[in-house]
Amino acid sequence: MNLRNLYQEVILDHNKNPRNFGELEEANRHAQGHNPLCGDSYEIAALVVDDEGRIEDIRFSGKGCAISKAAASMMTQHVKGKTVDDAETLIEEFRQMLTGKLDPEGNDRLRHLKVFAGVAQRPERVKCAVLPWHTLHAALEGQEEISTEGEHDPFGEE
Amino acid sequence: MTLNELEQAVAEPRTHADRSDWTWEQIRAEFPVLRQSIDGHPLSYLDNAASSQMPQEVIDRLTWYQSAEHSNVHRGVHTLSQKATDAYEKAREKVARFINAPDSAQCIFTRGATEGVNLVMHGWGRKFVEEGDEIIVTALEHHANIVPWQMLCEEKGATLKVIPMTDAGELVVDELPTLLSDKTKMVCVSHVSNALGTVNPVEDIIEQAHAHGVPVLVDGCQAVPHMKVDVQALDADFYVFSGHKMCGPTGIGILYGKRELLEAMNPFMGGGDMIRTVTFEKTEYAPIPHKFEAGTPSILAVVGLGAAIDYLESIGMDRIARREAELLEYATQRIEELDFIRILGTAPNKASVISFEVLGVHPHDVGTILDTEGVAIRAGHHCAQPVMDRLGVPATARASLAFYNNKDDVDALIGALQTVKDIFG
Repeated sequence: MNLRNLYQEVILDHNKNPRNFGELEEANRHAQGHNPLCGDSYEIAALVVDDEGRIEDIRFSGKGCAISKAAASMMTQHVKGKTVDDAETLIEEFRQMLTGKLDPEGNDRLRHLKVFAGVAQRPERVKCAVLPWHTLHAALEGQEEISTEGEHDPFGEE
Repeated sequence: MTLNELEQAVAEPRTHADRSDWTWEQIRAEFPVLRQSIDGHPLSYLDNAASSQMPQEVIDRLTWYQSAEHSNVHRGVHTLSQKATDAYEKAREKVARFINAPDSAQCIFTRGATEGVNLVMHGWGRKFVEEGDEIIVTALEHHANIVPWQMLCEEKGATLKVIPMTDAGELVVDELPTLLSDKTKMVCVSHVSNALGTVNPVEDIIEQAHAHGVPVLVDGCQAVPHMKVDVQALDADFYVFSGHKMCGPTGIGILYGKRELLEAMNPFMGGGDMIRTVTFEKTEYAPIPHKFEAGTPSILAVVGLGAAIDYLESIGMDRIARREAELLEYATQRIEELDFIRILGTAPNKASVISFEVLGVHPHDVGTILDTEGVAIRAGHHCAQPVMDRLGVPATARASLAFYNNKDDVDALIGALQTVKDIFG
């Protein structure tokens, strides 16, 4: 696989200059996502306007590899302003793309997130890209903590 | 087919007893797994501390055992059972000779070093450790030499104490006298750190512990493949290691123990082969080593381990140690030329392990990029999270060399690290 497919400029850029990075004091949804195998750890904080079921604002903090950090950064951009339902659809589609169950061609919701399609060819890195998304899912569901290993393993159903 | 033709269909493999004058390239050529490319790049396998590769002679020995000698051990009256038992027990004698154990009965076959530590924890620890006792481990241990002792401490109400380490990755052995007390029941130390490569002063630790009458368990996983180990010269009470890190198969390891300790221990598992007599009222256990080898063992892996020992000895452990020291020196020097890399673990006495970080790049990104250039390294916490915590990093990249590596492998690593730098800028 061409290395540039995985480490595309856009991923490297988000790794270097993550968007929506930091704390969100007014957030009403929080979750901590952790991959104990590599130490990647992110907190997702979102402000959901409950009347409208819409993600008004979202920020992330934490640390990890380039893939996970860029995934978190781009995720915040893509779900900001969306309804919770639309965000959940995107979470599911992103997960399916990363596990090779969804062909990103012809999908108009994933847009720039398609740069992560190459990660599907490196199974050992799929958890890196998906960690922020599962953390967001947990936050939206009111769950406070997830881990890529153990009882809250989001891949356990695979 | 005639009987004669049948017998020739599987031929006993040729072996070489002496490779002391072979070139390293001749030796490298005996490892079929290394003759492949990854993404169009020749494979540079630098993950030997995780698992080493197997030479053709060991592979052939496994095939021959399975083709011509396999049956169950220690029970049949037929020819094959005798062949299998011979191959199995001969391997035990090779192990004993290899580590200079006084008697092969003191070499217990386990699934690996982890099982060896657990066997001692269950058989010795659960019998002799009581509430208020203390177990000493070190800051450099692999999880396999921490977690079983933690489990024991939790069960018994005992306390785990830790010999600290310096920023360079060396144990502060001067602290040991303050840790040792009449409550200390065992000291557990790795001979060589898997995460950083530090060769620990186990002789000194053993001497200090023995002065207090405390036995010492040594995790020798990263030592046995790379240097001549003499368990009697060390005066180790227990010494564990794994076959797959020394050109042998997975699923086989050794627990060496002093006879009086092994005899005083409870069995680890009950079952067939570990008994002398069984009635519903009482079971009398078999003498060592069989007391600790319940059930049908991994005979194939044992035979493979024996062949791996023959192979290593045909080269010579001293020659292997010299070769790896040369490769380590070359690799360390080349990596030190790169100003974007920091080596973690800089003890003067190291085995051929280089843990490092590429500044500003997560080790998993480093590992992935290196892989696309055919360079296999390990990225992660190396099952030594306390070491990572102590150094303040979540993980490291680790290149670990074996005697069959060469300068080209090191150069490929350097080239691929340059690519990491180019990509991340």
